[in-house]
Amino acid sequence: MRYAETGFNLEIDLTRGSIERVTTDPGETERYLGGLGTNAKILWDRVPPEVEPFSPDNLLIFATGLLCGTPAPGCNRTIVSTISPQTRLMAFSMMGGFWAPELKYAGYDKVIFRGKSPNLVYLWINNDKVEIRDASHLMGKGAIETAELIQKELKEPKAQVAAIGLAGENRVYFASIEQGRSSASRGGIGAVMGDKGLKAIAVRGTGDINIAHSGEFLELCNEVLEYIKVRGEKPIPGVMPILAGLGSPQEMKIHDEKWHTESFMWGNSRHRRKDFWTEEVEKEWTQTMENSQTRLISCYNCPLKCAATISIPGFPTYMMKCFSKLTYTMAAMSNLDFGLEIAQRATEYGVDAFSTPQVMAFALELYENGILTDDDMQGLPADNEGRFHWLLDRIVRREGIGNILANGTYWAAQEIGKGAEVFAHNNIKKTEQLPLKLSMLNPIYFLMYSTGEKINITQIEGQFPQMPFPTKEEREEFVKDWYHVPDEKFKQYFLDWELRGENSFPYYPTVEMCCDIVDWQEKMHYIDDALGMCAGLSSFPLKPPYHIHNYPRFISSGAGIEMDEAQLTQAAKRYRTLVRAINIRRGMRRKDEKPPENHWKKRFPELEKELLDAYYKLKGWNNDGIPIKESLNELGLDFVSEDFQQRGILTDIEDAPSLGTSLQKEKN
Amino acid sequence: MEDKSMKGEKKKKIIKTIKIDVDKCVGCMACEVICSAFHATPRYSSNNPARSRIRVIRDPIVDIYIPVYAGDYAVAECAGRDKYTIDGKEYDECAFCRASCPSRNVFKEPDSGLPLKCDMCESDPPQKKPMCVQWCLNEALIYEEREEEIEEDTKLEELEIGLESLANKYGLNKILDIVTRISVSKKG
Repeated sequence: MRYAETGFNLEIDLTRGSIERVTTDPGETERYLGGLGTNAKILWDRVPPEVEPFSPDNLLIFATGLLCGTPAPGCNRTIVSTISPQTRLMAFSMMGGFWAPELKYAGYDKVIFRGKSPNLVYLWINNDKVEIRDASHLMGKGAIETAELIQKELKEPKAQVAAIGLAGENRVYFASIEQGRSSASRGGIGAVMGDKGLKAIAVRGTGDINIAHSGEFLELCNEVLEYIKVRGEKPIPGVMPILAGLGSPQEMKIHDEKWHTESFMWGNSRHRRKDFWTEEVEKEWTQTMENSQTRLISCYNCPLKCAATISIPGFPTYMMKCFSKLTYTMAAMSNLDFGLEIAQRATEYGVDAFSTPQVMAFALELYENGILTDDDMQGLPADNEGRFHWLLDRIVRREGIGNILANGTYWAAQEIGKGAEVFAHNNIKKTEQLPLKLSMLNPIYFLMYSTGEKINITQIEGQFPQMPFPTKEEREEFVKDWYHVPDEKFKQYFLDWELRGENSFPYYPTVEMCCDIVDWQEKMHYIDDALGMCAGLSSFPLKPPYHIHNYPRFISSGAGIEMDEAQLTQAAKRYRTLVRAINIRRGMRRKDEKPPENHWKKRFPELEKELLDAYYKLKGWNNDGIPIKESLNELGLDFVSEDFQQRGILTDIEDAPSLGTSLQKEKN
Repeated sequence: MEDKSMKGEKKKKIIKTIKIDVDKCVGCMACEVICSAFHATPRYSSNNPARSRIRVIRDPIVDIYIPVYAGDYAVAECAGRDKYTIDGKEYDECAFCRASCPSRNVFKEPDSGLPLKCDMCESDPPQKKPMCVQWCLNEALIYEEREEEIEEDTKLEELEIGLESLANKYGLNKILDIVTRISVSKKG
């Protein structure tokens, strides 16, 4: 019997219209866990680097995490993987909500799409009945609207539906996949879904998920719930209110936006407004939130309330979470009312709330600077908010200038030319980033920005405080119950870290410490993504309920796979390296691994080089960021090193002992 | 003896109640998860909300979140169906009904179709509270126990209702005849 997982994948060939149920190899689960890990293995095996994102040979994988569908609180994430049209690299965007557990109950761990349907279709998975259905009547419909229409026509209100809107149908490079209160937004995976002619996947499941050692597993779940209660009553002092508790940043619950509005940049990641958060604004915005929110809501089997139902007069009700609350408002230099209104339309269209506002602000900057002309912008309204609505419509329809902007700031700037490139100034690996422009180089963040392959800072940061605490007493207090650290040394790193003086940025934490800190933070995210755990209960907040010490027991008692901290660390490193291998094979190199030029004013090129050198070494990669033969083989990824050698990516000379022998072994 | 039963004996009974505050429900369905796991055999060995004895009726866009517990099995469906509108929200037909009945597909085992009924997680050793309440951290479900003194009279009332319905069906004279016959045979 298989535990926690079902042991079956669905293979859908959209060109031929065929559906297969395939038994998976339990050995792969042991090696790559599930979710992101096994997705990476499938992409490595089946999508060679020559395959273009919009080729029928590109795969689109909807995966559940290994522990989705078990009673583990907050374990509900769907991990969608494909080759991104925006980055041309592996995309692995994720969403919470209710879809992944439903797929498990229907009896599958993943749905793997290949080919392209000649007509728009949707997939209906009802336990062991799976059919490809016509979706021509859903063409152009909003993502949330589509979900409702499908539930009605199937007469199955309990079906969970993941759908694309118009943006996905029109292959907008930052199109999302929406699922009620959640979305998988990054990397343009919605565009790949649209390219495949797939409008939605509806799923209903009423089967069992088995637990290997049920008593122990339940005890662990109860501990987590108990901890969530206790931690909820003990917010961490000295950090931003939205970072003090658990969950995604509590943007729906907490109305104090001083930190975001005054520290983050407005417009096209351009203007800092240090005195924005006045009493008047606070009053107005609080009222806006309170008037528009119907209820705070959660994802499947999670007590946290990171999302809200939003109802604004004149707009259909929708659900919102996290920072999408502010991205449109701040890009347009507008107010919160506007932000909530346009976010409703953007959700139905199905676009990423990080990239979209920046693409629009970028376009208006180009227009103000004469790079885009009246000719390009025919029909542009005079009022600011109207312009954003107008641009959104053009982009998702790929009309006029929208057709160029729909490829994101990087590709649009290439196509527009005339110096447009310098306005696309907030990208990493061709992807729009959170609008932050700061002063002093933060060496930890430098590494995370540079090397993160999820290409989003929130998907790698979390376990280590973002800033030092001012006094020794506060630091000592903080480390007292910080048992989540994988090693005691992290406490010392933090205790000695000061705001000013010798032990401060940019030379403290030291290079070696920074590498350790980043490696730990990244590891926790990768584990979450294989298990299907929400980062909000694990890798993102400080002192979370799930950590490196209890995860092995969750896996061994839940999935029946023998696991300890060293084994889990090794497994996470294995598929993390495989993600890198996929991207290396697609051409990614050290030159691509850098934050935006203007992210910090004070830069330290020598230190930055040293940081990257040391981090690559710790990871078992050579100086160009390529995993070396010895580290690949140690992870059981011999097939990768063979492939690299065949392709000339690695040669014996490059794999010289100077790098190989000094490889650091994993520490527990 | 005869006198005592007529007057009604005071008896103590534990009334178990789950108070449901729909305003606090966040729609996470943790109650369904843990209910199905608790009632798996062996306990917690599997999980499947479709087997749960509590269901969250959930329609996020119109803000409907109602946890409903499985009550008794009804052999036949009702003659008519109810449909509630509360605060402008229209609820599905029979939304609040706890019965497992032929008219709808809730509170039934997914494979066998056998009816499900909430047992308040009665077990040995006993749980402090039903599992769904323990797992509802948002306190939409609150467990209460109270002791009530029940008089036998209550039972007589039930009997009266029963007898009356029998009388309606068969006629009072026929019922009286049967009662007389039984009492004669018992004395004899």
